[in-house]
Amino acid sequence: MAAVSAPLQSEPGLVARLMGRPTSGVGLIVLVLIALAALLAPWIAPYAPAKLSVAHRLEPPTLQHLFGTDDLGRDVFSRMLYAARTSLSVAFAVVVFSSIVGIVLGLTAGFFKKLDTPVSRLVDAMMAFPDILLAIALVAALGPTAVNVVMALGIVYAPRLARVVRASTLVIRELPYVEAARALGVPTPVILVRHVLRNVASPILVQGTFIFANAILAEAGLSFLGVGISPDIPTWGTMIAVGRQYMDQAGWIMMFPGAAIVITVLALQLVGDSLRDLLDPRLAKDI
Amino acid sequence: MLRSILNRLFGMIAVMALVVTIVFVIVRVTPGDPAAVMLGPDATAADVAALRSRLGLDQPMVVQFGRYVLGVVQGDFGQSIFLNQPVTTALAQRAEPTFFLTVFSLLIATVIALPVGILSAYKRGSAFDQAATTLAMFAASVPSFWLGLLFIQFFAVKLGWFDTSGYGGPGASFLERLNHLVLPALALGLVSSALITRFARASMLDVLNDDYVRTARSKGMSEWRVVLKHALKNALIPILTVIGLTAALLISGAVVTETVFGLPGVGSLVVSAVLRRDYPVIQGALLVIAGLYVLVNFAIDMLYLAIDPRVRY
Repeated sequence: MAAVSAPLQSEPGLVARLMGRPTSGVGLIVLVLIALAALLAPWIAPYAPAKLSVAHRLEPPTLQHLFGTDDLGRDVFSRMLYAARTSLSVAFAVVVFSSIVGIVLGLTAGFFKKLDTPVSRLVDAMMAFPDILLAIALVAALGPTAVNVVMALGIVYAPRLARVVRASTLVIRELPYVEAARALGVPTPVILVRHVLRNVASPILVQGTFIFANAILAEAGLSFLGVGISPDIPTWGTMIAVGRQYMDQAGWIMMFPGAAIVITVLALQLVGDSLRDLLDPRLAKDI
Repeated sequence: MLRSILNRLFGMIAVMALVVTIVFVIVRVTPGDPAAVMLGPDATAADVAALRSRLGLDQPMVVQFGRYVLGVVQGDFGQSIFLNQPVTTALAQRAEPTFFLTVFSLLIATVIALPVGILSAYKRGSAFDQAATTLAMFAASVPSFWLGLLFIQFFAVKLGWFDTSGYGGPGASFLERLNHLVLPALALGLVSSALITRFARASMLDVLNDDYVRTARSKGMSEWRVVLKHALKNALIPILTVIGLTAALLISGAVVTETVFGLPGVGSLVVSAVLRRDYPVIQGALLVIAGLYVLVNFAIDMLYLAIDPRVRY
């Protein structure tokens, strides 16, 4: 798994290269569109997400209600746009949080030989817990809020990143320029950030994309089960949970949010796959 | 050899000890008093105090941890708060649906993924390869619970081929239970086939470029013998690894899928335990499942050691 790849800076136009591949090109465009839709939700949503209209409950998709209405007559399309905001920002926060924890653990294990065994064992132990199950237990202990879901999923995914960072750090640690920096008396924190971290940026970016995709699926699962974010807040997962009760009469309530998850996760995977090919040629054949 | 086994054994025990510690700590990170949280806002102070002493929460942390470890070592995971039975009994009663769901999902995933992955690698870059790779990625993007709901809607409600939920009554025959497992196993198996497909393809690609495959070809051996006998044999170890690990991951998927299909397994037990704040049950389930994962990993390591003489730990 260990692979040291070219630093990001020497890859001019990474976005251009992603766009040059049909798969990641499509993926990237889809992601930008979804992100824009989420960002601009207050302006493009035709209705307020919580606006009730009992007279129009469970209406199938029409021109007035593109994706139909739910059990309380709320516009499914508008709610999906707002749900995208929650689902995407929670997943993104998970990526940031797990990256910070994962980088600290990975750098520590990879750079300081004495700490390698204890930290790696801890990472092994964390990896033994299935993601959703550990997240459920953590949310149960911490309480079902968006912040706690982020923390729980962040803790769940951090070990994966820690492994990748450790593997790359182990290789970089032995490179001549790190040795030279050490001989020159450069303080260790500076070496870690300027020389090591910079060079493990690519695998972190690749892994981060996949964590993003997994976090969307996991958050949806938690919300669907009712053990994640409060059911009152629209997320794609909570919308499916509501739609489930009306599956026979109003399939659209759960169809559209589910499709949104599939499209978003697929787009992320397409981009992640290409990123891996472009940045980590030696990783490309794994998984 | 013995040294490698002992090394691995020691590592496994260390990881197990950490797993137990993590499971112990998880409940202690609860803001406030776990006993008060478990009993809800209507509980009286006396009730809370009683539960605290029943769970040993009034003891110093070190004593609590010592007791917990001692119990776990003896197979005692504590008492469920709401079910009024030992956690081990509750888990054992719910093990069957989860076990069969995991086994059938794994079977479905493997039956799909193995041939597709092998053919994909063999015809690298072909239309088949591209279609299979894209399809695998698509499968990995579908939430299993959503796919389950679609299956229920189509196969159970519209076509009426299967029951919409449950596991049959207590006296249901095995065949009837099997009928209840078809849709959940299919939903979970299809989603899980993605990972195995990609791994099978990658391992075969690795092997197909090796010297002995070229030698076998140059000896004039038939193509299918080269691929299935020489290449597959060597690619099988990493593939078996990922199948083993998928089995452990499937349990995670089972948590959600069981809830969708109303299967009375470990997954739905955990979800109801979370909703009722029944911490001992959550801890017990986590412990058993993580323990299984560590054991599977250890078994795979030993398998490597037995099969490949180059491997040393």
